[in-house]
Amino acid sequence: MPRVTFTPNLRKHLDCPPSEVTGGTVREALDAVFTENSKLRGYILDDQSRVRKHVMIFVDNEVISDRNQLSDAVSPESEIYVMQALSGG
Amino acid sequence: MSDRFYVGTRKGLFTVERNSNGWEIAKVDFLGEPATMFLQDPRDGWLYTTLTLGHFGAKLHRSGDGGKTWEECGVPTIPEGAEVPMMVFDDTGMPMSPAPQKAASLSEIWSLEAGGVDEPEVLWAGTIPAALYRSTDRGSTWELDESLFNVEARMKWFGGGKDDAGLHTICVDPRDSRHVTIAISAGGVWETHDAGESWTNIGEGLRQDYVPPDLAYAKDTQDAHRLAFSAADPNVMWVQHHNGVFHSTNGGQNFREIKDVPPAVFGFAVCAHPHDPRTAWFVPGVKDECRVPVDGKLVVTRTSDGGETFDVLRDGLPQEHCYDLVFRHGLDVDSTGERLVMGSSTGGLWVSENAGDSWTCVSNTLPQIYCVRFER
Repeated sequence: MPRVTFTPNLRKHLDCPPSEVTGGTVREALDAVFTENSKLRGYILDDQSRVRKHVMIFVDNEVISDRNQLSDAVSPESEIYVMQALSGG
Repeated sequence: MSDRFYVGTRKGLFTVERNSNGWEIAKVDFLGEPATMFLQDPRDGWLYTTLTLGHFGAKLHRSGDGGKTWEECGVPTIPEGAEVPMMVFDDTGMPMSPAPQKAASLSEIWSLEAGGVDEPEVLWAGTIPAALYRSTDRGSTWELDESLFNVEARMKWFGGGKDDAGLHTICVDPRDSRHVTIAISAGGVWETHDAGESWTNIGEGLRQDYVPPDLAYAKDTQDAHRLAFSAADPNVMWVQHHNGVFHSTNGGQNFREIKDVPPAVFGFAVCAHPHDPRTAWFVPGVKDECRVPVDGKLVVTRTSDGGETFDVLRDGLPQEHCYDLVFRHGLDVDSTGERLVMGSSTGGLWVSENAGDSWTCVSNTLPQIYCVRFER
């Protein structure tokens, strides 16, 4: 199952431990996390369900290319990292 | 008379209290986070703080126990697929019409106000991009005012200091909670008499000098930096505009421009006296393209005669090499009209206990100050 890990900087705002979830795309994997942690959604995605401007998402060490639809594929072994960008502080 | 006020800053929410030593910082909440707007609801004492997190978006926290504990609640959301105009000019310098559009997304909650005394738990929020929201459950959920969001003029609005237009002032009429007047930078002054079901663009007489001359009096793009009304007579309104000071005695229907305001008519903040409709305070800067105090001397201007004359108040304020700028929400007056607080873009914080005649510095090392508000 893909594993999703969140930047430690989020932990001062809300609890978000690493999760193992099902899903074939970044969208599906994150939606699975948000089902269990609905408040987290607004920290990662904006109100149009796009990745926030200053949030970076990596899949297997590659930055995702589709920040609007989050259609980048993930495999059962994928490691997804949700990080904050250096911009935006 | 209020012995406590709150300061929203780039690095947290500060509570300042008056004790035997004078005014001192009593507490800091949300240290390190941009606390961009604050509301203390005078009806029930609940506190609300908006955080505009650089990476993770706009959040709203509330406290029902005077700030001992906080809980995150809901935030407004821009409707899916909504767009906002982009300010693009053609070869003649005129804004392109119709303006090109881009996808909208909430960037900031720029204003937060309590509803009327007859509608407990009702809150209003104004946002960037410019939109108005109403909550009936102390901010747990928010409903977009679709009537305002759908006005045709919205596609002419543009950002004033921010990328997108923003709704920074919400005035709920103390005589009639369904009568609400709002101001948008830059989108003019609007009012509703039916709690947001329908809106009228008011503000005849407001003048803008940042557009071609033919558009100077166009009501739907005026950049009223801040609008204030007197609780003693809500028909009396003051506007600190991008390029002037304006006064209305008929609830914002018509404004007259006051050109003779020393030392300058440029500024952001204005407060109206709660008991004397002839009195209001402003904090001037040089001008649009030089946003610093005139001659490096920080002053507050006060009229006590309905805008006929102005006092320039400087006792206790820095008068040498001062570059503090006081933004829209950086000035407040308490419920008596005697105490004022003022916070600046470079972390200066001053209090007056005599209606502005003299000032005391609370701190000049705070983070950038976004808003100051007395407890009411």
